[in-house]
Amino acid sequence: MVSAKDFQSSSPPTTEQPDALGRFGQFGGKYVPETLMPALSELETAFRQYRDDSGFQAELQELLREYVGRPTPLYLAERLTARYAKADGSGPQIYLKREDLNHTGAHKINNAIAQVLLARRMGKQRIIAETGAGQHGVATATACARFGVKCVIYMGVHDMDRQALNVFRMRLMGAEVIPVEAGNGTLKDATSESIRDWVTNVENTHYILGSVAGPHPYPMLVRDFHAVIGEETRTQAQQKWGGLPDIIMGCVGGGSNAMGIFHEFVDEPSVRLIGVEAGGEGIDSPKHAATLTGGEVGILHGAMSYLLQDEEGQIVEAHSISAGLDYPGVGPEHSYLKESQRAEYYNVTDEQALAAFERCSRLEGIIPALETAHAIAYLETLCPQLTGSPRIVINCSGRGDKDVQTAAKRLNPG
Amino acid sequence: MTSISDCFQSLRDRQQCALIPFITAGDPDLETTAEALGVLDRSGADLIELGVPYSDPLADGPVIQAAATRSLKRGTRLEQVLEVAQQVSPNLQAPLILFTYYNQILRRGIETYLEQVARAGVGGLIVPDLPVEEAEDLLQPAAEKGIEVTLLVAPTSSQERMRAIAQKSQGFIYLVSVTGVTGARSQVEGHVQGLLGKIRSVTDQPVGIGFGISSGEQARQVADWGADAVIVGSAFVKRLANGSEGIQAIEELCQELKTAISYTEVKQRIST
Repeated sequence: MVSAKDFQSSSPPTTEQPDALGRFGQFGGKYVPETLMPALSELETAFRQYRDDSGFQAELQELLREYVGRPTPLYLAERLTARYAKADGSGPQIYLKREDLNHTGAHKINNAIAQVLLARRMGKQRIIAETGAGQHGVATATACARFGVKCVIYMGVHDMDRQALNVFRMRLMGAEVIPVEAGNGTLKDATSESIRDWVTNVENTHYILGSVAGPHPYPMLVRDFHAVIGEETRTQAQQKWGGLPDIIMGCVGGGSNAMGIFHEFVDEPSVRLIGVEAGGEGIDSPKHAATLTGGEVGILHGAMSYLLQDEEGQIVEAHSISAGLDYPGVGPEHSYLKESQRAEYYNVTDEQALAAFERCSRLEGIIPALETAHAIAYLETLCPQLTGSPRIVINCSGRGDKDVQTAAKRLNPG
Repeated sequence: MTSISDCFQSLRDRQQCALIPFITAGDPDLETTAEALGVLDRSGADLIELGVPYSDPLADGPVIQAAATRSLKRGTRLEQVLEVAQQVSPNLQAPLILFTYYNQILRRGIETYLEQVARAGVGGLIVPDLPVEEAEDLLQPAAEKGIEVTLLVAPTSSQERMRAIAQKSQGFIYLVSVTGVTGARSQVEGHVQGLLGKIRSVTDQPVGIGFGISSGEQARQVADWGADAVIVGSAFVKRLANGSEGIQAIEELCQELKTAISYTEVKQRIST
């Protein structure tokens, strides 16, 4: 068996690898009912075995290429770039890492397809997953359809309402979508219900967690299955300009797309890493989802991390116009990157995200997901602060077709 | 107050299986909680678990989830739960155990939490989302304050894990009888007997069995297999929520369960 130490030896000891208990600094860990502890160990063992298994990797790489459509382009967004150009012609060069061009329209498929392959090798016949915006649910339903595996998706009733198109897509591909009415009927509640299902059916079921959150080994496993985003970005940057990006940005709810593009560059001190959270109606209001900016350390869904909670330790509902960012927790590695000051985290409001949604559509002919629009929105704040012509890569994590109804209620494009 | 360990020792001396009812604090209201604790104590409860309502109770099924949600909607706070405990515990024979999720402890700070809980006359803690690997931060300071932290064993636990858990668990070992969340089941799974045997082979500690037990028949089955305690939650919570007849309903259930598990060498409990 590969020990935790062997696993860590492949990277420099900058501690972005979790320790044996799954901790990034003080964050992470396994705070789950005893029933799940053996399953988490089993998953970790399988993951460590297959991540270096040539047969597994060959199958995964072929699927990513032929089925998902990787590699995704690193695209120079010329008109967005022009918007932020200075009078002297300098200004940031803005590139989009086009995860929206993946099959199913978001980065989520990278993790979903890899975990389905893993589950098959572990002999699990049933897959469950939680979903917020529906992108992870769609990705999981897709991968399950591809392999003929039974698929159950938990989704909050409020999210089912605002993401009706994705509910239809999941059902069309044969997944059972179970409405979750508890709490506010959003991602937090769907995640809790998925964990309860897993506690009950752990012997034949694999839980495909959709973010870099949850108990160890999920934050590590989900990150590593998305690390291809950053790896491709490095290669493409090398080809296009012979160097590294200067700034990398991603939106952060649970944080999987940001972690996927950050990971490759955590040990490159010249690269600024910026995560953008959902500020909702403003982080001074009670309606936001900016966990890292406005939260405090606690435990949610099996991991210690920043989260939105009251003084009694009760979890507070998050708010965001974007269902995928509407989560009161965040992946533990982001908490670690924040605390170690390796990454910076900011937030933008619903209004700013909507404006960016419209701006990117008009300037680039790319309708981004509302989640992604948060990262794009932060350019308005960031670009005026920059000097010279730094190269910014934004993880364009998903396409916005799913959001047009939500946006249509708030925008009037004339 | 009798400690949990002493309570089990005394039960063993009398060859009795303990009954541990569970109720959710603040459902339907805190006055009822206070009254219910006294009624359970007089109706055959040997220890009592008091659930502190939590927003995200991962280990709980629909009945206890709903009770927690109702309680929180009424504004129940930990201070109030501890006030009830403090007010009632001097009159209880049964040691009081708080069932709480770990974030509620962490948020207050482990030391402060333990001090407040000890002051309220609580004898033990059960923290369902705190597996043995993560428990050290709580176990050590709790031991210093005389609070016993009981750890859980599940049907999926290996014998190796059972041994590690048994070494750390205080008061007793909580054997989760089902692979699943709390809530009544139609029957107790047969593998529980085997699980009990597996635990017995690694420890002499008392073993309490819970999750899914709701009837006298099931309780008797579990006692028959040699459990040191039978833990019944959702069945009490459901009855207690049932308006004005709630108190009477839990009194009857408590007596029924106690009778069911007291069939061996019936020994009269000295009631006060």
